[in-house]
Amino acid sequence: MLQSRTLLGSLALTLGLAAAPLHADTLRIAIMGEPASLDPHKISGTWENDVVGDLFEGLITEAADGERIPGVAESWEISEDGTVYTFHLRESARWSDGTPLTADDFVFALRRILNPATAADYAYLLYPIRHAEAVYSGEMAPESLGVEALDDQTLRITLERATPYFLDQLSHYTAYPVPRHVVEEHGDRWSRAGTLVSNGPFTLQRWQSQTRIEAVRNPHYHDAENVALDEVIYFPIEERNTALNRFRAGEIDVARDFPTQQYDWLQENLPEATHTAPYLGIYYYALNARDGHPTADPRVREALSLAVRREVITEQILGTGEQPAYHFVPPGANHHQSLASPLNGLDEEARLARAGELMREAGYGPDNPLSLKLRYNTSEDHRTVAIAIAAMWRPLGVEVELFNSEVAVHYADLRRGDFDVGRAGWIGDYNDPQNFLSLLESGVANNYGAYSQADFDALMAQAAETQDLTARAALMGEAEALALGDSAVLPIYYYVSRNLVNPALAGWENNLEDIHRSRWVSFEDGQ
Amino acid sequence: MLVYTLKRLCYAVPTLLIVITLAFFLMHLAPGGPFDGERSLPPEIEANLMAAYHLDQPVWKQYLIYLGNLLQGDFGPSFKYKDFSVTELIAQGFPVSLELGLWAIALALAIGLPLGVIAALKRNSGLDYLVMGTALAGVAVPNFVIAPLLALVFGVFLAWLPVGGWNDGHWRNMVLPIVALSIQQIAYIARLMRASMIEVLGSHHIRTARAKGLTETAVILRHALRPALLPVVSYLGPAIAGIITGSVVIEQIFGIPGIGRYFVQAALNRDYTLVMGTVVFYGALIVLLNLVVDLLYSALDPQIRHDD
Amino acid sequence: MMTDTALTQDQAPAAAGDSLGREAWRRLKQNRAAMASLILLVLITLACVVGPWLTPWGLDEVNWSAFMAPPDIAAGHYAGTDANGRDLLTRTLYGGQISLSVALVATLVSLVIGVLYGAIAGYLGGRADALMMRFVDIMYSLPFMFLVILLMVVFGRNILLIYAAIGAVEWLDMSRIVRGQVLALKRREFVEAAHALGVRGWTIVTRHLIPNTLGPVIVYVTLTVPKVILLESFLSFLGLGVQEPLTSWGVLISEGKDLMETAPWMLLVPSAFLALTLLCLNFLGDGLRDALDPKTR
Repeated sequence: MLQSRTLLGSLALTLGLAAAPLHADTLRIAIMGEPASLDPHKISGTWENDVVGDLFEGLITEAADGERIPGVAESWEISEDGTVYTFHLRESARWSDGTPLTADDFVFALRRILNPATAADYAYLLYPIRHAEAVYSGEMAPESLGVEALDDQTLRITLERATPYFLDQLSHYTAYPVPRHVVEEHGDRWSRAGTLVSNGPFTLQRWQSQTRIEAVRNPHYHDAENVALDEVIYFPIEERNTALNRFRAGEIDVARDFPTQQYDWLQENLPEATHTAPYLGIYYYALNARDGHPTADPRVREALSLAVRREVITEQILGTGEQPAYHFVPPGANHHQSLASPLNGLDEEARLARAGELMREAGYGPDNPLSLKLRYNTSEDHRTVAIAIAAMWRPLGVEVELFNSEVAVHYADLRRGDFDVGRAGWIGDYNDPQNFLSLLESGVANNYGAYSQADFDALMAQAAETQDLTARAALMGEAEALALGDSAVLPIYYYVSRNLVNPALAGWENNLEDIHRSRWVSFEDGQ
Repeated sequence: MLVYTLKRLCYAVPTLLIVITLAFFLMHLAPGGPFDGERSLPPEIEANLMAAYHLDQPVWKQYLIYLGNLLQGDFGPSFKYKDFSVTELIAQGFPVSLELGLWAIALALAIGLPLGVIAALKRNSGLDYLVMGTALAGVAVPNFVIAPLLALVFGVFLAWLPVGGWNDGHWRNMVLPIVALSIQQIAYIARLMRASMIEVLGSHHIRTARAKGLTETAVILRHALRPALLPVVSYLGPAIAGIITGSVVIEQIFGIPGIGRYFVQAALNRDYTLVMGTVVFYGALIVLLNLVVDLLYSALDPQIRHDD
Repeated sequence: MMTDTALTQDQAPAAAGDSLGREAWRRLKQNRAAMASLILLVLITLACVVGPWLTPWGLDEVNWSAFMAPPDIAAGHYAGTDANGRDLLTRTLYGGQISLSVALVATLVSLVIGVLYGAIAGYLGGRADALMMRFVDIMYSLPFMFLVILLMVVFGRNILLIYAAIGAVEWLDMSRIVRGQVLALKRREFVEAAHALGVRGWTIVTRHLIPNTLGPVIVYVTLTVPKVILLESFLSFLGLGVQEPLTSWGVLISEGKDLMETAPWMLLVPSAFLALTLLCLNFLGDGLRDALDPKTR
């Protein structure tokens, strides 16, 4: 592993920096915040995933490119109707304390996360499992959950209905096993250094809150011989500029984000380390369709959408490879069929002209200017985007009043409907268009604009009942086209993932969900 | 003196109770709750969470529950950092903040006081302007600019010191944060010291001392310094409480595991128990330090008596 | 004349107040550093008020072909543009209007409340002082952020609230400092003498005690200004401070801080204005103190 040290050294030297001393087989990752917990049942964020996903492994897991591959389950069968999944667990599966991992641990884990007493905020991802919602709502006992251990190595999960993305979901941390013997002994405090026992490629050694989490290779992991790293250290760093500076100083190998405004500088100075890739997420503006708001008029919504020059935002304002968005479901989503968006095809001038026409039809003009309240949560990027969009709307005679607030107030206001235009974003929980489109169903909590369209709801309901994936994709495509035709939301751009990666690392691949397990990473040998 | 101190400590109880009460209701009145984030939770999930943290009860009841737990020394679990209790978070972070803060204050006093005295003695000279001008740069440049600048210059360009991290309190990791924390304090202390020194040097008893034929050094050290420290000490009471409880800016930029971040983040996350924990902790420090300041007054100026 | 005989000052005819002001002004004029600072301050203020009319770009006018561009005389961006293609000089000058007015009002509020409160507490002493100072302790301990958020909820977004919110916290330090000074001063002979002569408490506080705390007070005022200006940018973060398209120096500096390498002008231009203002205020403050000092009269 000496070579990697020289490689890193040469990287640092080309930057005119001295290399910090380091252990070649220790990977140092800057994660973007302090984990709320390391108990897979008590988290709901993205950076927790970086740590917990190295410590634990689900039935299914992710390859370096994000592809789903067998994890604890070696193989599985799915019933004809797509509702019964039978998993065969590896015999070699062990907890990091050497205890065998059995199907019973999965049953215990799934019942635990859906038990109302656990108060797991992300439990709803598991609602496809039979009786999950009823169990979580306290209407049924946890034992009635559609999960059973047929024997130590065989687990059967029964679903409410066929769910094409269910296997994907099993790789998510909500479906990780937890060690029954440890949780029962230590209760809620099991997930701390000293007591935490896990089944993934690494196991927790030390957790010094707000500064570092150390994990070492788990000798009992079923694929331990192929894990190259001895140790992974996670540094929680909220400030993206700090992460960048520490990366430049050679103090970390991977930074899970970097400031967008530094992209040009990075491309010039650290091109090999700078990674951007399409990310399964949409940045959009919710348009308030409630009565009494000017945006309740679909013509106004369409005009606003037409006047937003997304290319200017993605290229001039952000410029880190974001793609202009004219749809709600990001490209690359599984089981997805995208229909043409009404905004495509018109050139800029024609779009502005059409927007002006629509505004006149809606009764707005020079003598009756439209005044809008635009809310965004405080952040450099949200601010610059909001300012640019306000400037783009000005030629339509739209006066925008900008309101920023911190996150809690922002979303509280959005939920109360106290806005005309509101900044929002959605990162896919799982890779399926349903996860995005359900945000526009009537009465859904995250449907900030309260868009409500019976035909849309009907198409979504029909898609949920459809097993044939192509037909299902077509139905959801139709629903999406309908919502976009109504300008239910104003999509602005598709997110990109941004990472800084030491070029001496091998096995680190960009992927749509931005999932990177340290198991695949190694320091490259040779020069 | 002892009676006075005891009396003041008795005052601390109602003071803190008022702080706790006001803070508790302020916090609950503010819009947004601990579970308002990017994603709305399905109603049954929110209900379970609310029940788990007693948030489904009326606020006055929550207040009584909180007070009851507090009396038993239980600050409750953090809503955000679910693996730790509020007591643990503060117990882990405070020693770090305290260590950095004390160094920063020591540095600020070691530099600020002599600078202030020198400037006062050479008032309106070139040296005075130079010293005060430099000190002022410390206040003119906010710490959210100084800290990244230090990190960039000494961490990235020169690579003399680590850019960030705590490394179990290795001195190399402490240098930049201490400097960043103290720069502003140096300016405050030097400016206050200069002003009050000028005041004292012009006063009656210094003239008397001089008239007695004491050397200038003796006059300054024996007669001028102590009374001149009064405003600095008044300022330092609350300032020390602020510095030893950390700075969110410094901690985030240098990756320091102190408690300064909790004062801002707990409020932003509506992490109610952690907010209350920091409020109680900070309030107690303020009360304590202001008591120390008042006791110091009589040490510095025997004319100040605490007679009741 | 000696400080501690300030009593004589009080015995002077009331009409002397006017000539005292003139006297102070005369002395201030002799202080070159203070006068240069005063002139510069006036110039900065004028530039902030008049300047935005003279620059070729408007406050929120976007130059769609110059995002984050360095200074360019030909395009009329004398100090470059920001991340949204808006002219930085224009924005800095506008920002100066906000920052200077916030600094002025909030500092005055903290000065008036802090000095009076501290002087009264120190003068009364005993139980009144204890109660008044416990109130200060309480104010120190309250979580400021929730106070701000609630102000916003109750009153909506209003620029006057910035003054109120900042003034509400900034007087605390001032009152502690003044109280400390007064505790020491009130045992001096001249105060005892005034007492013996039957001078009313209020007069003792305003005529004898407060003027003798002037040195530290003036210095603390000049130190409060940068605090206030930066606190304002934190309020903007919470949504209470100035909102886009308006701006302030504090906001501009915090926008520029992350770009110190890539777009240094965004940090340097507003910082230079702030630093220059503070430097001037400082020297002017020192000059004022000297000019008003009862001892040197």
